[in-house]
Amino acid sequence: MAQTKAKYLTLEEGFFAVFLIVIAFVCLIIAGKTYDQVMAFHTAIGSLFAAGGAFIIFKNYFNDGGLAIPQEIDGKPNYNLGPIKFGAWAAVFWGIAGFTVGLIIALQLAYPVLNFDLPWTSFGRLRPLHTSAVIFAFGGNVLLATSFYVVQRTSRARMPGRIAPWFVILGYNAFIVIAGTGYLLGATQSKEYAEPEWYADLWLTIVWVAYLLVFLGTLWKRKEPHIYVANWFYLAFIVTIAMLHITNNLTVPVSIYGTKSYIVWAGVQDAMVQWWYGHNAVGFFLTAGFLAIMYYFVPKRAERPVYSYRLSIVHFWALIFLYIWAGPHHLHYTALPQWASTLGATFSIILWMPSWGGMINGLMTLSGAWDKLRTDPVLRMMVVSIAFYGMSTFEGPLMSLRSVNSLSHYTDWTIGHVHSGALGWVGYISFGALYCLIPWLWNKKQVYSLKLVNWHFWISTIGIVLYICAMWVSGIMQGLMWRAYDQLGFLEYSFIETVEAMHPFYVIRALGGALFVVGALIMAYNLWMTVRHGEAEEADTVGAGAMAPAE
Amino acid sequence: MADMHNKEVDKLSGVETTGHEWDGLKELNNPLPKWWLYIFYATIVWAIGYWIVYPSWPLISGYTAGVIGDSQRANALAAYQADLEARSQIGEKLINAPLEEIRSTQSLLEFALANGEAAFGDNCAGCHGTGAEGFPGYPNLQDDNWIWGGSLDAIHTTLQYGIRSDHDETRFGEMPAFGRDEILDKEQITQVANYVGAQAGLEPAADVDLAAGETVYADNCAACHGDDLKGNRDLGAPNLLANNYTFERSIDGIAAQVINPRYGVMPAWSPRLEPATVKSLAVYVHSLGGGE
Repeated sequence: MAQTKAKYLTLEEGFFAVFLIVIAFVCLIIAGKTYDQVMAFHTAIGSLFAAGGAFIIFKNYFNDGGLAIPQEIDGKPNYNLGPIKFGAWAAVFWGIAGFTVGLIIALQLAYPVLNFDLPWTSFGRLRPLHTSAVIFAFGGNVLLATSFYVVQRTSRARMPGRIAPWFVILGYNAFIVIAGTGYLLGATQSKEYAEPEWYADLWLTIVWVAYLLVFLGTLWKRKEPHIYVANWFYLAFIVTIAMLHITNNLTVPVSIYGTKSYIVWAGVQDAMVQWWYGHNAVGFFLTAGFLAIMYYFVPKRAERPVYSYRLSIVHFWALIFLYIWAGPHHLHYTALPQWASTLGATFSIILWMPSWGGMINGLMTLSGAWDKLRTDPVLRMMVVSIAFYGMSTFEGPLMSLRSVNSLSHYTDWTIGHVHSGALGWVGYISFGALYCLIPWLWNKKQVYSLKLVNWHFWISTIGIVLYICAMWVSGIMQGLMWRAYDQLGFLEYSFIETVEAMHPFYVIRALGGALFVVGALIMAYNLWMTVRHGEAEEADTVGAGAMAPAE
Repeated sequence: MADMHNKEVDKLSGVETTGHEWDGLKELNNPLPKWWLYIFYATIVWAIGYWIVYPSWPLISGYTAGVIGDSQRANALAAYQADLEARSQIGEKLINAPLEEIRSTQSLLEFALANGEAAFGDNCAGCHGTGAEGFPGYPNLQDDNWIWGGSLDAIHTTLQYGIRSDHDETRFGEMPAFGRDEILDKEQITQVANYVGAQAGLEPAADVDLAAGETVYADNCAACHGDDLKGNRDLGAPNLLANNYTFERSIDGIAAQVINPRYGVMPAWSPRLEPATVKSLAVYVHSLGGGE
């Protein structure tokens, strides 16, 4: 099809070019004037990234001469897969990085000498690096990549924009670089899971708005009469994370030339906003977002219809309505008023079944296809992930009750709980999705080796079991030791004795973590070989183990 | 096309689909699982019950207090008061009794040892170790090598006011920096370090004049550490013949201490902990093996 060259940049290209050039100059000015070395480093990176982005926009324009991208080719949607490919590999990279840092800090807890007496490698700086790398860098890239894929395919429409999707995925990863290096250099606002300082937060806000627009734009262009359930969950995730991110990061920088800022909330209100954010990062990032992945990849892989449309509607609305109330259960027995803590705990209990709705819909989708678990380790991984989801969403509400929380809080039990969700649910559903997505994106029939998937599955499952069992035992022991009194009413154990008692469990936990890292390395190799040497899919099916198209 | 609702029956389950389809994905029209729905209702009913019983919902000013008038803050305070009362009788006795009496009265001793052990774990073990075995820079409290004295009263005084602490009554001793302030030259320091080391049973260097070291010691050190090198507890001058030192026990370690001495600091516990607890700590530490 002959196309005429556009004379000018499109409006979108022009807008992004101007925006990036402005950012590059602002960064340059700040880098020149700042007294703060971290700020100088970050603005230098920012300036380079922004200038590079603007350069690529112009280079692209001159290379392809501004040819319009066809929305359809031979009557089939011309899906935009480039940013998805990037996101999928970014997820693999950050995942391995994040798991490895997790392993390092697990070893530091068992062997403190591994802090190396250096500020950059101390537990206090590596711990946020680990949590942010696995949640936002690994999880975030999985969510970005899968959401772009799922929303296009279930809308039968190409994502809008030539630059915007790339801006979202590259901008998000730039945010990760700024945030991660900031932690190592000591720039943090000391809010758990919201450590990046004000300038990184501002950048993420811009990226996130672009993400929302691209996602909504795709839905707007959709060729299907209805919006698929996975997209409801993605949309809830995107919108709520925007709201949470902005509210919990309302900070006032001390100077635009410095990294330090102060939050506008004070005292217990700050704590409440922080945990409203923190819990809903779990609810909307790690639950709603990954349920969206489940709703697409599980039925797709099992080649079965979703079990119940009604259940998906009811549990979706119940989940998003109820989750937002549950935050105060992180602040039992603190300065937070009792009424707020009660309210948070009761909503957490009501949340039980709405959470399980997703598990039921996921597991029951396999009815009629359970035999596939024997032959398909990818599907098995996703099913085990749903089982872990069910387990940790059963445990969570229990831990939110004040009486249980008085034993569990501040102990390793919390760490065990979180990791049954993080390694089991988020990790496995992501691995499952990547094992599906990478072959689809590169038009391969299947992953390079299902045998290696099997190895990944078993090695990391043993790792997870070691990890969470060690943390449960050590956490409950720790809690019981803290509250043990002798017959005269004095504390039975000193704090340091509880630390000594936990040492063996810390070693077991680190071993579990090491197995999980090994599993992820196997996956990375397998996915790499899929792209390099996988068997090509027949030419006429576009991507995804395509079932018969709708009539 | 997909925008028609093509309801069809799924062959495997016999359930009708909703007729929607996206990228090959369909949905069955299964009803909500009954058990799921009823448990969901039950949790809502439970929560409403909980709200009626306990403080839960915010109002314009204040909050719903709940029918049983439960208050976490009041409960905690009451439990604390009850605890204090339970201990007050025996605590009162502890405050009034002389330390010797505490040690010789079974009921008081048991209480003081339990109290002391708990307080030691949370306040002292960080520096002195859980078994009071000490660490470099933090003296061992199990043996009879006391810097400021090992009697009940001496230990109690040390605990109350601390060592080089910010308390007015603090124990305070300072060794001159013989090397840094150029009171002694390098050779003299080597000589005295070897002399002291040799007396303490360490192997001195072969080519050092120990007699000269003895003279340096007599002129500069004996005033505090004594002619017999056994120290002076009134001044906090450690016994140099002891088989464990607070800092490094070697000729080099002794020389380093002569050149530029390091001092330990211990906080004053008397304003931080209750008097009965400080007394209990004294009895507990005294009981660890080195008490005099």
